[in-house]
Amino acid sequence: MGRFWSLLFLMVPIVGVLVFVWAMAGWPGMVNHWLPENIGGNEAIWIDRLFLFILGLTGVIFIATGVVFFWFLWAYDAEKTTQPVKYFHGSHTLEVVWSIIPAATLLFIAIFQMKVWANAKLERPQVDGLPKAPIAEITGRQFEWRIRYAGKDGIVGTQDDILKVNDLHLPINEDVVLLIKSQDVLHSFFLPHVRVKQDVVPGMQQFVWFKANRTGKYDIVCAELCGWGHYKMRGRMTLQKRADFDKWLEQAWQEQEVSSFAPSAGE
Amino acid sequence: MSTTAIQPHGGHDTHAPGMSVGQFISTYVFSLDHKIIGLQFLFSTLLWFLVGGLLALGIRWQLAYPWQDMPVIGRMLFSAEGGQISPEFYTTLFTMHATVMIFFVIIPILAGAFGNYLIPLMIGADDMAFPTLNMLSYWFMWPAFILIGMSFLFPPYGAGGGWTSYPPLSVVWDAAPGSHWPQSLWLLGVTFVGVSSMMGSVNYMTTIIQMRAPGLTMFRLPLTIWAMFITAILQAFALPVLTAAGFMQLTDRLIGTGFFLPDGLVVNNSAPATGGGQPLLWQHLFWFYSHPAVYIMILPAMGMVSDIISCFARKPIFGYKPMVYSISGIAGLGFIVWGHHMFVSGMNPILGMTFMVSTMMIALPSAVKVFNWLGTIWGGKIQFTTPMLFALSFVSMFIIGGLSGIFMAATPVDIFIHDTYFIVAHFHYVLFAGTAMAVFGSIYFWYPKMFGRMMDENLGKVHFFLTFLFLNGTFFTMHILGAVGFPRRLADPYDYDTFRHLLPMNRFMTWCAIGMVATQVIFAFNFIKSMFFGQVVGRNPWGANSLEWAAPSPPGHGNFDFQPIVYRGPYEYGSPEVDTDFYPQTQPPPADPARRYKAPDHH
Repeated sequence: MGRFWSLLFLMVPIVGVLVFVWAMAGWPGMVNHWLPENIGGNEAIWIDRLFLFILGLTGVIFIATGVVFFWFLWAYDAEKTTQPVKYFHGSHTLEVVWSIIPAATLLFIAIFQMKVWANAKLERPQVDGLPKAPIAEITGRQFEWRIRYAGKDGIVGTQDDILKVNDLHLPINEDVVLLIKSQDVLHSFFLPHVRVKQDVVPGMQQFVWFKANRTGKYDIVCAELCGWGHYKMRGRMTLQKRADFDKWLEQAWQEQEVSSFAPSAGE
Repeated sequence: MSTTAIQPHGGHDTHAPGMSVGQFISTYVFSLDHKIIGLQFLFSTLLWFLVGGLLALGIRWQLAYPWQDMPVIGRMLFSAEGGQISPEFYTTLFTMHATVMIFFVIIPILAGAFGNYLIPLMIGADDMAFPTLNMLSYWFMWPAFILIGMSFLFPPYGAGGGWTSYPPLSVVWDAAPGSHWPQSLWLLGVTFVGVSSMMGSVNYMTTIIQMRAPGLTMFRLPLTIWAMFITAILQAFALPVLTAAGFMQLTDRLIGTGFFLPDGLVVNNSAPATGGGQPLLWQHLFWFYSHPAVYIMILPAMGMVSDIISCFARKPIFGYKPMVYSISGIAGLGFIVWGHHMFVSGMNPILGMTFMVSTMMIALPSAVKVFNWLGTIWGGKIQFTTPMLFALSFVSMFIIGGLSGIFMAATPVDIFIHDTYFIVAHFHYVLFAGTAMAVFGSIYFWYPKMFGRMMDENLGKVHFFLTFLFLNGTFFTMHILGAVGFPRRLADPYDYDTFRHLLPMNRFMTWCAIGMVATQVIFAFNFIKSMFFGQVVGRNPWGANSLEWAAPSPPGHGNFDFQPIVYRGPYEYGSPEVDTDFYPQTQPPPADPARRYKAPDHH
């Protein structure tokens, strides 16, 4: 039976790798089971690259340890082996080697990714040496995203703001800054297609930024448990060319002005 | 072999045939004997394991067949909804699944059941240092059991704030249906678990330091005991923080303090009166306990697996001291990595960088342990017994769980995979495929000591094989869901275009999960059947070295019927000094110097 069990453990790296290959390569007639389409700029691309780099690295270790594990089980099965047990308590040299190599690798990843992290979370895009103003303010509320666009003056919180719920329109090919906050509980503002995720904390104001390079409609997901309706807190992000976005914004302003909807009602 | 009988110390009653009711209660119910207390923990936690598993099936049912009536049991449980899971109940399902599994199964089965049962036996002591405290540590679980059980009685039938209980959701009375009375009961219940663990932890530390048999130096301790020792230290330092934080949350909920509530909240169109607090404070306090708790949930398993692997490879453990140092290293680093749960929480991103480096470094001692297990099976004579299969699967599965941890430690990658099924895959590989498999292995391994009978090996192997297949079917696929960005805790993720196509995969996982839970019937049957009909065995059925195998099976009061004296470490398998392939710690060296062999200086 030792042979059978050894092979069972060999199936772990084999099937594991096949599952990932299947997911990455796609199956004819099936929808992609891999990272969702990446329409983001530099930060988003680097997040995917880091993911794939770590996947490659851990994949190699996974296969190597899995095969070694199998081989030891196969070769040293008590029913089959005729060699005496190697009475052996360890090796100082080996311990040092297999401590230093992973330590160096992990330190390399740690330092290598700091720039990506800083781009995504610390270095807000700038205009003329000043942090870029948010194009809209998004407030999480059980169970919807309330969106307040800066309007013509480019400043959030003034008379010409445009109010929408769950309907986020943004221009492509430029750095977009969003101010996010919550009025009740924790939410998490997750845009899978541009690799943006940030918990929205009541009492705090935070900024997220990204640059999208494709038009289309995409999901805004809430990724932090916010109550029973958490699952239905779905927003829509419509990415447009700058001209179309300006046109939409103008139209939205007109609709808001002619309708009886007063901005204070949104509060 | 010395056969000096040990006098049982004063706190014990003696077994007597035809005992009175009072004697029965003091012997088996309010027992001071660490073995009975260990078994009490074992039976209680195995029952809760069943509850936790069924709650998991509820989650899986909803993800596979959203808003569809549950066959058979649905109508009994949720008659109001016509047998389907409501979104409110869904939040309580995953909250209570995690709570039960972590606080009522994994922590108490490792520290409470195996810690209690094994520590005195493996160090050659007659009992714990504080037997009364030990008894209390079990009985303080009961208020917790009752409080959490009661939370199932109030709508929506269990706490619904997530097992992390993040405020304001968990604090504001009307923020969620599940944050009414169930949430307060939940907080009290968790506090009692903490009290119980704390009592255990001081007892374990004192016992291991003070009560070792003559000759049993610290570096002759089995790794199980080292792991239990370090775990006890972790509990002693981390638990008070959770208990304090839990009380702060409770006062926020009940008497209107505002530790975790900021100003200006508007929840459900009404403003809570309190403010001036900070939700992130809870997260810091919670993870300052709960990250070390991850190691409380894996270190003892690592120790027990090391003992099992060495025994059935019939070979000394590879790198005993590096194993001890890596346990200590994991525990030490475990205190400075809590922030990796908070990379996208709103915490200062600069702090994220520091936590990222310390988190990366914790992979190091974990890697050392894996390599040492590989080194241990290299060149051995491996016996594929049921405990060995479970222990080997621990190693195989821990490799997956350890490697997927590196993705999370990488802060930029964590932005994408945080709160997705990638995380769920990771911690189920560590805690179910890892710890729970080690627990199964340990039950099969120490069962003959506990009951004097063997469990059925054939049934054990079938149990192992099916569990192994189904768990990988359930949890490995979660990595792929995570790669798509599939979020946790959504009652109906298919509302999003991005995730709609993942339904067939979820169905597959659900059927694997059902298979996995069903497989445990084999285990339960084997466990109960073997208590009465299992093959009767002597003291040392596996040919193992450590001290507990020198005691009778099952050990009587005071454990040993002779004074154990320790001559060597616990991993002397295949020693050329003796003719057998094992060399018990209590066996004196051969009298004939000609037969003696100078072992390399390894300890």
